[in-house]
Amino acid sequence: MRKRISIPGIVSAVILAAVAIAMIVGSFVTGAATKQSIMDALLTPGSSGHLLGTDALGRDIGLLAIAGAMSAVLGPVAIALGSMVLGIAFGGMAGYFGHGVDGFIGRIADLLFSLPVLLIAIVVAGIFDAGYWMTVLLLVVLFSPSDIRIIRSGVLEQVNLPYVEAAEMLSIPHWRILFFHVIPNVWNLILTNLLLNTSVALVTLSSLSYLGVGVRPGSADWGRQIADGRTIIFDNPAAVLVPSILIVAVAMSLNLMGDWVSSRNELRGIQ
Amino acid sequence: MSRRSGTQSLTRFLVIRLLSVVLILFLISFLTFSLMHLVPGDLVKNLIGNRPATPEAIAQIRAQYHLNEPFLSQYFSWLANALHGDFGTSIRLNEPVSTAISARLGMTAVLTILAFVFAVATAIPLGVLSAIHSNRPTDKFITAAGLFGLSAPSFAIGLALLMLFGYYIPIFPVYGIGSGGINTLYHLVLPSITLALGLAAYLIRITRAAMIRELASDYATFAFSRGLKPRKVYLIALRNASIPIVTSSALLLTYLVGGTILVETVFALPGLGLLMEEAVLFKDIPVVQGLTILIALVIGVVNIAVDLSYRFLDPRMRDSQ
Repeated sequence: MRKRISIPGIVSAVILAAVAIAMIVGSFVTGAATKQSIMDALLTPGSSGHLLGTDALGRDIGLLAIAGAMSAVLGPVAIALGSMVLGIAFGGMAGYFGHGVDGFIGRIADLLFSLPVLLIAIVVAGIFDAGYWMTVLLLVVLFSPSDIRIIRSGVLEQVNLPYVEAAEMLSIPHWRILFFHVIPNVWNLILTNLLLNTSVALVTLSSLSYLGVGVRPGSADWGRQIADGRTIIFDNPAAVLVPSILIVAVAMSLNLMGDWVSSRNELRGIQ
Repeated sequence: MSRRSGTQSLTRFLVIRLLSVVLILFLISFLTFSLMHLVPGDLVKNLIGNRPATPEAIAQIRAQYHLNEPFLSQYFSWLANALHGDFGTSIRLNEPVSTAISARLGMTAVLTILAFVFAVATAIPLGVLSAIHSNRPTDKFITAAGLFGLSAPSFAIGLALLMLFGYYIPIFPVYGIGSGGINTLYHLVLPSITLALGLAAYLIRITRAAMIRELASDYATFAFSRGLKPRKVYLIALRNASIPIVTSSALLLTYLVGGTILVETVFALPGLGLLMEEAVLFKDIPVVQGLTILIALVIGVVNIAVDLSYRFLDPRMRDSQ
């Protein structure tokens, strides 16, 4: 039963590592990547000095994609982390204390869970001209109901186990039992959902930036790059294809890693 | 505990659901109304937009929105109008919001229904197939395809299809809505496939998981061992699996609402999604308000319908009246 390494798993890990490197490298080349020069506009892939060609503003497509990694990926990571913090805090309390606390938090989470996240993000961030981090914050709130529900159900499975009762017998404070005894036991659940949520957030945030919400015009970002590239889609398809493939590859890798973590968890449960 | 909630009468259940939907709509309408006051800039100026700000126009806006009255009474007169379908005048289009919405409603309705039909017609058979062959190559392939559908943003898929069918294999029209009737449907093929992809990916996952659970249950094992034709057992299992599938369709709706905006933007389709996107970017608040209320209403109605169908699909809940 110890099937720990799979080929898709290795490929995803390599892709994610490459993106992490691109994020670091990208922050050094942002200036060069976003520099516009009409003289170099619309070069086709394979042009000298521009392997993937340039867009309508003369920006190198490969360089712009590397520089865009930070904006495209950092936000989603922050969204997944932030919403998980809310999930652990509120979902943990709802699952651990039950009764009124659970009823209150659960009701609100259920209510927010059925909201169309993308639509609300477009309307609120768009109307208020929200910047990048305000949009991220908004998505943290909109993503949290699913984390609250998941952590709640994970904690519910734990609260009736003997170790919790034992800890209560020792009159360890409740908050300590919850956050230092129970939560570490749902760690796999947390990790799985962090990965899956980062993937969903990547698609959501890039959809927003494609529509021109949350990311300033001219800045390096995959969604934005696709939006800028759509007018030259037949002159240089790479302008759209390169960032699109990157989004899909990263989102799929995150999904695969998430599935891998959760299946490892299930295997351990069987043993 | 589930027995207890299962035995409450249908009327009581309906009344509670209806009341909660009304309450939520009330809350959303209040938030939507407040949007107008929260938008940066001067309220009257925002509502006048590009029209000349003559004293008459200003007076007309102030009268229409009752701006001289307290906030709450402004809200209630706005709500009273909204209940009659009057959301004011679009700033950008200079026509009543209700006219702007009803002119575009049909396009979006056809697009979403087509997408839904495509998604259901492909995803449920694929999900069942995946469950039957679980952990074998067929399943792995379908799961991978589903993973792609979940990971690919619909605007990227839309643009890729545009490129493929608009340039390399020009068999589908890529822009516009055609000349009505069959021609319009033909124009909507690519957009609805784009929209269907994400939907189908969700549906495959849900169908697969539900079918695997049903096929692993005692009644399925028993039916197989009695020598029932596998096809028959699959059909029985699918009927039971339909409960979680239908329940999840409320989630699919929230996906559709966002997806329509992206797909209509990519394919330049004059529907409600494009109207919403342009209204947001232009700060055309009355249109945003009207659309938000409409969407909230649709989501509320679909949620009630899903809850009802759940009760009818599950005999344990149906018989208990």
